[in-house]
Amino acid sequence: MSLTREDVTYVANLARLEFTDAEVTALADQLGAVLDYAQTLSELDTSEVKATEHVLQLKNVFREDVVKPCLTNEQALANAPDSEAGCFKVPRVME
Amino acid sequence: MELSQKTIHEINDLLKKKEVTVTEVTQSVINRIDGVEGSTDAYLRLQSEEALHAAKVVDEKLKARKKKSPLEGIPYGLKDNLCTQGILTTCASKMLYNFNPPYNAHVYNLLIEEGGILLGKTNMDEFAMGSSTENSAYKVTRNPWDLNKVPGGSSGGSAVAVASNTAFFTLGSDTGGSIRQPASFCGVVGMKPTYGLVSRYGLVAFASSLDQIGPFTKDVEDCALVLNAIVGHDEKDSTSLNIEKKDYTKNLKQGVKGLRIGVAQAFFGEGLQTEVRKSLEDAIAIYKALGAEIVDVSFQYLDYALSAYYLISSAEASSNLARYDGIRYGFRAEEYDGLVDLYRKTRSQGFGDEVKRRIMLGTHALSSGYYDAYYKKAMQVRTLIKEDFDQVFKGCDVLLTPTSPTTAFGIGEKTNNPLEMYLTDIYTVPVNIAGIPGISIPCGLDQVGMPIGMQLLGPVLSEKTILKAAWAFENETNYKNIKAPLGREV
Amino acid sequence: MEYEIVIGMEIHVELGTKTKIFCSCPTEFGAEENTHTCPVCLGMPGVLPVLNEKVVEYATRTGLALNCEIAHYSKMDRKNYFYPDLPKAYQTSQFDLPICTGGVVEIDMDGVTKEIGITRIHIEEDAGKLLHESSEGTLVDVNRCGVPLVEIVTEPDMRSAEEAKTFAEKVRNILEYTGVSDCKMQEGSMRFDVNLSMREKGSTVLGTRTEMKNLNSFRALVRAVHYESKRQILELKKGHRIIQETRKWDDTKGTSSSLRSKEEAHDYRYFPEPDLVPIIIEKDYIAKIKADLPELPEAKKRRYIKEYKLPEYDAGVLTATGILATFFEDAVAVYNEPKQISNWLMVEIPPLLKEKELAMENISITPIQLVELLKLVKNNTISGTSGKEVLKVMFNTGKNPGDIVKEQGLAQMSDTVELEAIIEKIVAANPKSVEDIGSGSDKAYGFLTGQVMKATKGQANPQVANEIIRAVVAKHLG
Repeated sequence: MSLTREDVTYVANLARLEFTDAEVTALADQLGAVLDYAQTLSELDTSEVKATEHVLQLKNVFREDVVKPCLTNEQALANAPDSEAGCFKVPRVME
Repeated sequence: MELSQKTIHEINDLLKKKEVTVTEVTQSVINRIDGVEGSTDAYLRLQSEEALHAAKVVDEKLKARKKKSPLEGIPYGLKDNLCTQGILTTCASKMLYNFNPPYNAHVYNLLIEEGGILLGKTNMDEFAMGSSTENSAYKVTRNPWDLNKVPGGSSGGSAVAVASNTAFFTLGSDTGGSIRQPASFCGVVGMKPTYGLVSRYGLVAFASSLDQIGPFTKDVEDCALVLNAIVGHDEKDSTSLNIEKKDYTKNLKQGVKGLRIGVAQAFFGEGLQTEVRKSLEDAIAIYKALGAEIVDVSFQYLDYALSAYYLISSAEASSNLARYDGIRYGFRAEEYDGLVDLYRKTRSQGFGDEVKRRIMLGTHALSSGYYDAYYKKAMQVRTLIKEDFDQVFKGCDVLLTPTSPTTAFGIGEKTNNPLEMYLTDIYTVPVNIAGIPGISIPCGLDQVGMPIGMQLLGPVLSEKTILKAAWAFENETNYKNIKAPLGREV
Repeated sequence: MEYEIVIGMEIHVELGTKTKIFCSCPTEFGAEENTHTCPVCLGMPGVLPVLNEKVVEYATRTGLALNCEIAHYSKMDRKNYFYPDLPKAYQTSQFDLPICTGGVVEIDMDGVTKEIGITRIHIEEDAGKLLHESSEGTLVDVNRCGVPLVEIVTEPDMRSAEEAKTFAEKVRNILEYTGVSDCKMQEGSMRFDVNLSMREKGSTVLGTRTEMKNLNSFRALVRAVHYESKRQILELKKGHRIIQETRKWDDTKGTSSSLRSKEEAHDYRYFPEPDLVPIIIEKDYIAKIKADLPELPEAKKRRYIKEYKLPEYDAGVLTATGILATFFEDAVAVYNEPKQISNWLMVEIPPLLKEKELAMENISITPIQLVELLKLVKNNTISGTSGKEVLKVMFNTGKNPGDIVKEQGLAQMSDTVELEAIIEKIVAANPKSVEDIGSGSDKAYGFLTGQVMKATKGQANPQVANEIIRAVVAKHLG
């Protein structure tokens, strides 16, 4: 069960990745191979099996509603590739 | 013997007797780095000057008091996916080429408190995705036993640093075997603790429900020492266990009389390298001689672990890596046309091929129409695998398996076939799926002198039992003293 | 063909906790850009969320106030999408196991009670703000990222703009009482999104709906519903199908426009949040929260009518906000004149608040001070008119009414002996007026009263003065 080129293009868009035509073909094959291998999972009857969302049995892990020091504006922006007026800057967003 | 070749506990003896100073110890390791790093390339970033300075500070303190902890004054390395404030943390990716975190990983804070001396950040597969460290965006790390072979991955640099004596211990991360497999390929001890024992805060996430931080050391006793330092509850990590702290060095040398050691056929199928099989058989015999009881155990669902692993880890990774968009930190593409193009160009240029492959796989597994068949199915199979281990551990105390089907392969040998690369994780992956602890220790050499590793696994929170079994074998054999050719140079 | 409007709502409420949902940054509104951030809400590599216990408490309180079932087991999920105001590129929310389900809110439409169903309430985190002031780009402020929200989803039970407005106001009223949020629409701490579709009257099948956002006031909500229902009818009449889309309301233009600029459908790839563990809520926790719930508006209104014998209108106004109701109750507690207090709160105080641009929560007088003033008016120490003046001064200076009356010498003259003396003088000095009154003109009374007021600098008690004037005039006439 290979992936089609359309599948790859759809997923690439969801993941905000872009590929050349050759890469799309290669991915369709490589991912298809992995998914083929993973098809074995469908052999198992898991209709009565609960999914494991957490390996631990932890529950109700909370934190107190107490303010702690923040980063300064400079610290927050220290790694920013582009900033202006104390904010992160991106290309114009149409809303 | 050079100081850099010794173990932590040996150094501690010498420090206690005041036969050496921390500065001398640190200088020895730095000299070693100067000598071999050019060949092995284990480190991405070195802090030699800072380390020597820190060593001098510790020496001053030790004039007035005893060591406050076993790791005080001990030089170590950290995998470059552990955040270190003020020191670049790149995850061996172009995406974080200039990232300077304004916070420390929790484990780094713990080691600072212990008084350890950071030597530098070690190389890895980009974002911890890989089994050979060939996916680093910066350099290829070489196996000190054969410089043309891979050190394993993704914590290759951390394994090599300990194997070539350019660190007394290192920390790595293990999501599907990324500590144990390189430990096995490099002939050192590597351990993945029970999920939740070590805080993940500050470990750049790959697969949140599978990632764990663990030590690389030269022997099992050192492993217990490091474990003592890094295990513990962290309120910044909601998945951190809050239980009574244990001393992992206690009863380490108790022996294995009466210990039930399980052996499962599932781990000895075809594809297992002949010498690996032989070493494991020898190990079984040694354990028998030491008084352990060898028990045949069997699994029902082990074959499905690798598929479940790749679906779950890729899915979580696709979500964890979505934050890399060139807006708040890291790499940003130079040219782009509008917002969406900024995302696409930044992520396509910033990530390497393997990372992009996994993101694609994971995104697909979660996407509309496929979630039930892939991700949900994998989570259900995860339950079956957990229960499988639960059932196995009813019949034995620890499980003995090879760490990897083969010894280290050649650099470039598997890079064209992702699926073949994934298959090398087949024995390590089930451990992360089940959340149980596992250690890899050296148990032999193959015909060309490459190290073979064996795994000891146990139920959740059974670290002490595993360490005890590991120490007994190590003590009975001499593998810990067989050093890499590069390691033998004095 | 007669059409019926079908309306459902999604209400986002910012919870008034001190800190954000997953980190300890403050939630305070109005800080300078990017000064309420930390590695966690900035979505930096390696950080992890930890759930604020107050968020669970407030969400439970919200659910109980809206008559919902509180889930014994609920969990957090990731909703994945890319947008610059979302640092992690996923919003941590709740997908299939929300904290509350199945509630109901009663609204009163002209004497008829109608039930609006609540489908679910879930916990999630707010996104940041995008600022479009830059020359050639958009600026991102992360301060709001991670502020805790509850999202309340209703059944499509509303059938008109008025019902929608009444419902929205009711929910706002209830939630403000619970204290979980300050519910300020203008500050964005309460946001209403309206889902609207049309169908043939009598049909049970739902039409295609559109979602409208950016409704910043109840007025906008009403206008938007009117506009969108008309727009959809027009489309349907033309034979067009309604496109399922999100539309942004522009209150200045009075129109909505489609936000669907790209072809992409949203594939959010929901999956359980691996960094957070499940929330288990036990029965005794629910019982405690329920016991601590304040008296809610409906119950309070009924009690005011019964206990204080207030008309329904008064009770409605006084219970419009919890803060006003509390002020009223604090006053009544020390002074048992509910109607007098109510009158002053409904009539005299609002204009003063507006003038000083204050709200009830930062009113510059206390209930005790108001009571002091009302007592002075009630026992005729000052006239009602003077009382209004004193109230103004109280607002401006914060001084106590007794002190103001003393300082300004506003105490009414009610002493009949003193007044008689003054009135005698005035009546004696104005024989013409007396004559006029004698010939039947009552206008002269007004003149005389005016003179008395002048002579007493406005402090004569009008009722008492009038009585005495009539008596004295009668004497002169008789």
